[in-house]
Amino acid sequence: MKIIVDQDKCVASGQCVTAAADVFDQRDEDGIVVLLTDNPPDDLAADVHQAAAVCPALAILVED
Amino acid sequence: MSVLVVGASAAGLTTVEALRRKGFREPITVLGAEWHPPYDRPPLSKQFLCGDWDEARTRLPPEAMLSALEADFVLGDPAVALDGRTVRTASGRVLSADTVVIATGLTPRRLPGPELEGLHVLRTLDDAAALRKDLVEAQRVVVVGDGVLGCEIAATARKLGLPVTMAGPQAVPLEGQLGPMVGGLLAELHRSEGVELRLGTAVTGLTDVDGRVSGVQLADGDVLPADVVVVALGAVPTTDWLEGSGLRIDNGVVCDAYCRAADGVYAAGDVARWPHEDSLLRLENRTNATEQALCVAANILGETQPYRPIPYFWTDQFSTKIQVHGRPSADADVTIAEGNVADRFVAHYRRDGRIVGVLGWNAPKQTRQHREHLVQA
Repeated sequence: MKIIVDQDKCVASGQCVTAAADVFDQRDEDGIVVLLTDNPPDDLAADVHQAAAVCPALAILVED
Repeated sequence: MSVLVVGASAAGLTTVEALRRKGFREPITVLGAEWHPPYDRPPLSKQFLCGDWDEARTRLPPEAMLSALEADFVLGDPAVALDGRTVRTASGRVLSADTVVIATGLTPRRLPGPELEGLHVLRTLDDAAALRKDLVEAQRVVVVGDGVLGCEIAATARKLGLPVTMAGPQAVPLEGQLGPMVGGLLAELHRSEGVELRLGTAVTGLTDVDGRVSGVQLADGDVLPADVVVVALGAVPTTDWLEGSGLRIDNGVVCDAYCRAADGVYAAGDVARWPHEDSLLRLENRTNATEQALCVAANILGETQPYRPIPYFWTDQFSTKIQVHGRPSADADVTIAEGNVADRFVAHYRRDGRIVGVLGWNAPKQTRQHREHLVQA
């Protein structure tokens, strides 16, 4: 699994962190997405896909 | 089992994406009232309106991902009637499916009176493109409406360097939704950025010269001169096409807790109203479109997920980002939980001693952390 985040598109909603806190975080100052790992273990795949699905800015791309 | 999704915006498209991701391989048809392929609405009042983004950037999925969904998109043909699970369209098409998803969204309210040059609403990409074109030549803009959309449009017009007046019935912007404290801060923000506020007075009509809008009439007798007027007085669920369908229509399509309006008929997004806590709830925001659509897709495939979201919306005005989780209200007790009002903060809204809402002002990460209070509540 490979994850790409687009920080320009990100609107800092933090929905991705709520869905997959082991994979996504937010910058303290402006809440923009930070990727903690771009190749997480397979058992997080469902959470990562959920994060991409609920992102209101469509800023997360997941390649299986 | 075939699925027909009526509405090609965020809720409709997310339903399709979720069905496919869950392995659904049967035929899906998506019926859209507009000619455009699915696009995202939040940028229309901000990045697209000010010219930073072009139309392509507002597209929901890129072209390749859209075709990978293997859905039949029928665009530019509004639904005009529903009979059981058969939809008739404006052009005379008759589309039937085993499951129908209603995701027709909202129709903006307009002021009574004739169409005028320079008079706008903002809901669709075409609306936004027309407004953007007019703003380039505008001399004086009046935004009628003191809600989220009105505030964002006023902020964008200021960003373009235009003289802007915001008119609306509330004492301060968003007072009814977020209360007087945050509303007061918003009023200060807009004033400090040069927006003239004419709030607390109802708008009674428009003036025009030779078919072009020339001003906005207020209940106190004043006329605010303008060559561009944007009406942002809210919107109503697009349900006129459902008259005679037998569905219960009452400020939206009334559903059960599983977003089901009838056997094999679901609703998602701005148009859907469902039992939530002790009343019927309908939400008009971007995240609800996605989350409700995910729930609908799961239930179409045989799950029984009640829809129980923690509502969330955000608004960007000038360089201020406001994020709201839960259901704050004007009558709630508001306390600052973190930070300070002069800079950035997180506020808690309490009713009957219980935290019902969390609002962040330029504090996205911290706001999300406070959302936990709503999960436990």
